[in-house]
Amino acid sequence: MTGASSAESKTPARSKFDLKALLRLPMVVPCLLIVLMLGLGEAVSPGFASPGQIVKLLTIAALLGIVAAGQNLVILGGREGIDLSVGAIISFGAVIAGNIMQGNNAMILPAILGAAGAGLGIGILNGIGVTILRIPPLVMTLGMLGVVQGALVAMTRGVPSGNAAPALAEFITQPVLQGIPGILFVWVAVGVFMAWLLTRTALGYRIYAIGTNERAAALTGVSIWRNRIALFGFSGFFAGLTSVFVLGYTGNSFIGVGEQYMLPSIIAVVLGGTPLSGGQGSYTGTMAGAFLLVVLQSILTTLQMEEFGRQIVYGITLMVLMLFYGRQRRLRV
Amino acid sequence: MTNGQRNSAISSLWKRIDITRRPYLPAIAVSLLLFALNGFLQPKTLRPVSIFADISTYLPLILLAVGQTYVVLASDIDLSVGSSISLVNVVTVSVMAGLGGGSGAILAGILVGLLVGMGCGAVNGFCVAVLRFQPIVATFASGIVFAGLALWILPQAGLAAPDAYWETYGENLAGIPFVIWVLAGLALIVVWVAKLVFLRSLLAVGGNMQSAYQSGLPVPRLRIGAFMICGLFAAISALCLTGDTASGDPLLGAKMTLGSVAAVVLGGTALSGGRGSPVGSIFGAVILGLIGSVVFFAGVPFEYQNLVQGLIVLAALAGGVTVARR
Repeated sequence: MTGASSAESKTPARSKFDLKALLRLPMVVPCLLIVLMLGLGEAVSPGFASPGQIVKLLTIAALLGIVAAGQNLVILGGREGIDLSVGAIISFGAVIAGNIMQGNNAMILPAILGAAGAGLGIGILNGIGVTILRIPPLVMTLGMLGVVQGALVAMTRGVPSGNAAPALAEFITQPVLQGIPGILFVWVAVGVFMAWLLTRTALGYRIYAIGTNERAAALTGVSIWRNRIALFGFSGFFAGLTSVFVLGYTGNSFIGVGEQYMLPSIIAVVLGGTPLSGGQGSYTGTMAGAFLLVVLQSILTTLQMEEFGRQIVYGITLMVLMLFYGRQRRLRV
Repeated sequence: MTNGQRNSAISSLWKRIDITRRPYLPAIAVSLLLFALNGFLQPKTLRPVSIFADISTYLPLILLAVGQTYVVLASDIDLSVGSSISLVNVVTVSVMAGLGGGSGAILAGILVGLLVGMGCGAVNGFCVAVLRFQPIVATFASGIVFAGLALWILPQAGLAAPDAYWETYGENLAGIPFVIWVLAGLALIVVWVAKLVFLRSLLAVGGNMQSAYQSGLPVPRLRIGAFMICGLFAAISALCLTGDTASGDPLLGAKMTLGSVAAVVLGGTALSGGRGSPVGSIFGAVILGLIGSVVFFAGVPFEYQNLVQGLIVLAALAGGVTVARR
């Protein structure tokens, strides 16, 4: 027995198939689950995992994924970073964009600039509140949520207005190239941008630095407040950008169109392997997390469950997924 | 009196109203101020009738905020409270209707409702304290499940509660409105819990979980306890709401979760845990209600009311945080 155990200890652990270490890689679990669910969906209802259907699911995931990009940055920055105002920003931006566009193709670019600019402004205000006024992100963005909703009512008098330009709706829902709608190219572009930002720029390194240990980062000369304001600015910007696409997807805006993105954007980040404590994780994981959420919801719809069953299974699945990652530290050290 | 004496007198007075130890004092001051402002804008709001009406309007959020406070003190958060309210509401009303609507059925409904609330809290506490899920995500997910269960039990709003139930809730008991009794009961519970070792242990857990664990406190059990109390208060809040609406509605509490968090922060409790008091949350919930009332009576144009209200709440939240930081 002793011989066997010493022989085992001599062999490097790497040569052994280490399932636990594999499962701990951020991308593995969501991707496995996506494949599993697509297979399950195909078995239950043939055609669920057909290329055309997958593209449709990816289109819905793209909307969630782009909001989650900003959410991801805020969460990576640590200090309980979270942005609860993204849903309200999407609702707000959709009304702004719809009113600028009024169904006119020529006004798409101004509409994007208007909505994204408004989102950026709101995000920067969040950042200022969090850094200079030192309000915890949860509280600041919760308060901002109320303000933005109020501004929305003031602007629309409770009656939603504005609609998407035909070209925008086509860009989101119709194939542009090889059967792939334009929104997916935008999502890929966001993904490339995020990867570049987080791994190739000084700002990216600073985000991980302040997310891991804010004091240490400050002592090495990183300006905490400037970087954190930038993070919230990004979050608002991405939410504003998403609002235009959501408008294109739904055709016209309605009050509260963005609410459904608030908490799922956080869940997508967590399922993608970024813990809420910040400092580690990547946007690639978040993209997988967003797709996973959408596939999960779609499969529950395909199973023709009633609303209550869908909700119960959705909630329980989220909890089971959490067993894999994003758990808190053990108290016993 | 010399200058020095006066200074020391002032500083001793200041020490006595030390807001570090009584983080709820600013919330009380602000709610009194808002109450006075409300009365100045619309003197009718000072009549006892409308004060009682206000209390019964604010009571569900007050109860929910007090429950949320215990969770927040241990540095957790419960985003499922709104769904718990819906679940308790439909369970209670269904049990009452199912058992025939007599006084026995009403008592059974109340009892089952309270148990369901504590059960919701126990599930949350188990997920957070034993399975070590992150509270925000875990309680969001459990909230989805609770909301689904509520829809399962009662797919559509409209099942009526027995007349005797909501009539008793709306009537006077021994010459005093029933809601005042509830409020008094709440005050007694808050004061009683404040004297327990439980609350001190909870504050220790919220202040520094690792130290609390190493000094021998049963951290998981305390956190589960806090979640269960929160669920219990959510259930009481649901019972009060049921007394108001007199029917079952699977979406009843959906919008109340974020309000309860806001009320906790307004009451001077730190979201990072370890500092604060349920007393503050009572007044935090009152402040939220009074802000809406003041904005209404100040004659703000209808379409701007939400915006002005949002701005004031944001400013108040910022103020609440500043108080909690001292």
